[in-house]
Amino acid sequence: MNQPVISAAHLDLTFQTNDGPVHALRDVSLDIGKGEFVSFIGPSGCGKTTFLRCIAGLEEPTGGTLTVNGLSPDAARRSRAYGYVFQAAGLYPWRTIGGNIRLPLEIMGFSREEQAERVKRTLELVDLAGFEKKFPWQLSGGMQQRASIARALAFDADILLMDEPFGALDEIVRDRLNEELLKLWDRTGKTIGFVTHSIPEAVYLSTKIVVMSPRPGRITDVIESTLPRERPLDIRDSAEFIAIAHRVRDGLRAGHIDD
Amino acid sequence: MKALGPILAVVAAIIALWYAAAVPMNIQEVLTQAERAGAVVEPEGAMNRRDVSRFALVLKNADHLAESWSMERARLPAPHQVVKELWASTWDEEINGRRGIVKSGSLSNRSLIYHGSITLGATIVGFLIGSGLGILLAVGIVHSKTMDMSVMPWAIVSQTIPIVALAPMIIVVLYSIGVEGLLPKAVISAYLSFFPVVVGMVKGLRSPDAMQTDLLRTYGASKPQALWKLRLPASVPYLFASLKIGIAASLVGAIVGELPVQRGGLGARMLGGSYYGQTEQLWAALLFAAAMAAILVWLIGWIEGKTLRRMGVTP
Repeated sequence: MNQPVISAAHLDLTFQTNDGPVHALRDVSLDIGKGEFVSFIGPSGCGKTTFLRCIAGLEEPTGGTLTVNGLSPDAARRSRAYGYVFQAAGLYPWRTIGGNIRLPLEIMGFSREEQAERVKRTLELVDLAGFEKKFPWQLSGGMQQRASIARALAFDADILLMDEPFGALDEIVRDRLNEELLKLWDRTGKTIGFVTHSIPEAVYLSTKIVVMSPRPGRITDVIESTLPRERPLDIRDSAEFIAIAHRVRDGLRAGHIDD
Repeated sequence: MKALGPILAVVAAIIALWYAAAVPMNIQEVLTQAERAGAVVEPEGAMNRRDVSRFALVLKNADHLAESWSMERARLPAPHQVVKELWASTWDEEINGRRGIVKSGSLSNRSLIYHGSITLGATIVGFLIGSGLGILLAVGIVHSKTMDMSVMPWAIVSQTIPIVALAPMIIVVLYSIGVEGLLPKAVISAYLSFFPVVVGMVKGLRSPDAMQTDLLRTYGASKPQALWKLRLPASVPYLFASLKIGIAASLVGAIVGELPVQRGGLGARMLGGSYYGQTEQLWAALLFAAAMAAILVWLIGWIEGKTLRRMGVTP
């Protein structure tokens, strides 16, 4: 691993609330290399989403250093370094699927031909070709989330940040989207930060699993996955997979004992 | 068409109530006329009846009740009298009247169509000014904390002043700087209609949730981009709800603006009717104004349906 794409050192974030300060993150240090698929897992309140938002420049850390592509998160955000996928698809109901994917392209000032070309290409990438003219309400939840991934991919940022993107979907759809996401990651070589609270999802997808625990939000374990890059769905029954899942579970439990 | 039954039932109930109310409302005058015509009424003499309750008079003189639905200049004219007046002062006046559009080539100044068109002009102009102003103010309020703190209280205060008290002042002030005719009425309409638009649009422009605004931040979108691409489209349903209130308020404003001026319009017609005891004329103008308001609100609803369908928000 040469120069890390995302680098956090001793990151602190404290929210001031009426009930006193809340330590959302304390002393979080982590390096993410180019092309890695990193999952953040932990119970709610462990700061996994907050950490992702810090990387995205949507939240301002109160201490420590954080760089994205060697820039401050805010500068990285303005240089459009990443695409962000939220928990809900959040497509604009008044825009067609194509129109939704075009949204970032319009804002970033791509030419009309370039917009059309990219919409077509990203729709194919998430297997939604032919749905360009449909409105969001005409699509299922899983398809909407795929469209929102396409929207994050459309402007070709090197980093993809995903905040529990499949959390609201049922198990079967989730499995399929996980499989597709892996293929997409393999094809595009993007660096992905992925927040989840599903252990199998984290183990199945990641090259690196970051286990976090709450009060204060901190990293308790970083697991480098030994699974091969090529991962069929039934890899989840292999002994290796189960061993990694076991270590994640132990890490989560250890975090709780500290309470 | 399942709604037709209930709608007709309500209309029938209102008409029945109206007919019933006309009896005690008109009983004094009915008995005076009957007595003058030689009938025996109980008690005798208008002076003796003055302090007797209307309902007692109704009970004592049951055989004279039908006359209360055909009185001229009745205190409360019966529905059919008002409908007759409506017909006479619209279709009949324009088609058959000496001053009507058929014989003279221009709308008769005695017809509700003429007066309605005057009111409609001021209503539309006032509505356009008011809603335009409302949208601009809302955009300012959403984007500037200072404007939110400084403008919003005045907008609220402006609506606590009774418009009948303010309207003559607006007209006098504008007249003294040489503005008269349609514009002062439109200003009053705008004064009434901007407020619902401000309130609705502020809510609408703020309706996108944190996730949607965060999404735009990840794209590094500017404030104007967020306004055009997210806030304005998201506020459209709120805008239409406000516009429906706004256009009805505009009509009220135009009518109130016509009361002190007496240069035509439904307001002038209503006040004229009340001055000269022409209650049928007054009621006809009222119903005409109500019908106009209903059509205007329906029209906005129709545009709303079209717009939302085009935006793909509703199937």
